[in-house]
Amino acid sequence: MKKNWWKILTVLLLVFTVAVGMLSEVPRLAILNETIRNLYFHVPMWFGMILILMVSVVYSIKYLRKPSFRNDIIAHEAAKVGILFGVLGIVTGMEWAKFTWGEYWSNDPKQNGAAIGLLIYFAYLVLRSSFAEQQQRARISAVYNIFAFAALIPLLFILPRLTDSLHPGNGGNPGFNAYDLDSSLRMVFYPAVLGWTLLGVWIINVKSRLELLRQRIYENV
Amino acid sequence: MRKITKVLFKEVIYLMQKDFLLEWRQKYAFNGMLLYVSSTVFVCYLSFGLRSNALQVPVWNALFWIILLFTSVNAIAKSFMQENRGRLLYFYSIVSPQGIILAKILYNACLMLVLALICFVFYAFVLGNPVEDIPMFLLSILLGAIGFATSLTMISGIASKAANSSTLMAVLSFPVIVPMLLMLIKMSKNAMDGLERAASLDELLTLLAINMIVVTVSYILFPYLWRS
Repeated sequence: MKKNWWKILTVLLLVFTVAVGMLSEVPRLAILNETIRNLYFHVPMWFGMILILMVSVVYSIKYLRKPSFRNDIIAHEAAKVGILFGVLGIVTGMEWAKFTWGEYWSNDPKQNGAAIGLLIYFAYLVLRSSFAEQQQRARISAVYNIFAFAALIPLLFILPRLTDSLHPGNGGNPGFNAYDLDSSLRMVFYPAVLGWTLLGVWIINVKSRLELLRQRIYENV
Repeated sequence: MRKITKVLFKEVIYLMQKDFLLEWRQKYAFNGMLLYVSSTVFVCYLSFGLRSNALQVPVWNALFWIILLFTSVNAIAKSFMQENRGRLLYFYSIVSPQGIILAKILYNACLMLVLALICFVFYAFVLGNPVEDIPMFLLSILLGAIGFATSLTMISGIASKAANSSTLMAVLSFPVIVPMLLMLIKMSKNAMDGLERAASLDELLTLLAINMIVVTVSYILFPYLWRS
């Protein structure tokens, strides 16, 4: 029980996010209107994706330093959860864009960057599936994972800032303080980021334990 | 430390010499790529069905970089696949992996530079040349050749370990290379429009930074790849 406090925290945070996010007062702005509530769902997906992909890279580095089956499994599962968050982020973003910008896809540099980022990680999955031998698969996909993450950083953090974007805070100095986030929004936004990220960590935790157990069963058969 | 650098430098020189020598003797890869470039350009010319100078500037630019992208993927994919197992094992026992990756990157950069220049000359000859600031355009070609060579060399090392390596090469390399390609297209577009050079400074610095990141990461990661 003592070790599981963060799971309870996750559930509480997410219940809080959904309940308060849907019910609370939000500032009324032109064009945005009620869709500003998507801030609690769309933006945390990207925060969560970056953090979880970072976990994946850290475990890939760990694997290269000290090859163990566990490190490989966690890197793989984290990459998959990162992809899940990325897909959800794109879907929620497209929905939001339809209401505010008028189109699902408006050739925005961040949208394109996100799509390419997802392609990189799909390629990671394809690469993994093309090896039969386990150790070789683990090592080479770890190498690609680190390499791809290094290529992803300029894509997501530098390029959108050099070009004009429909996203707030771009085409200049990014960041949240640039468009003054209302303090009542912050109250829900930060718990939402934490909650969704913890949910991702939870999924990784369960899935990698499952995978390790499955491996043990195969060994004993 | 200095001694190690010196040894590494020597290795890189020897390995590059070997690559150039092999290329000179066989002339297989280079001539093949040359034919590839020229037939692609010619196919574009025929399929657009136009006289020279009839292509709009953005289309001309995009087409040029796409041709160059496919050429480089095909040219660099060979860099690890052409080596047979025995020779790889021999290298493994005598030189350091860092030496190999640096030599391959430098060799590929030279190869790409020559190919890209030939491609530019031929392309401009066949489809017309709307470039206003040619030195700047050549600089973007130089950066492009180096950039493609750095990122694709590592990818080809990764892909060569897998079973269906030619498909994998394309799948792995395109997403990684896109940021570079976008910068290059923008920079060469500026050069084509004859904008003042300060306008491209941002792109230039970003490209250099991306190249630095990629080379550093390749340098660190290649030993792990090499071991298998």
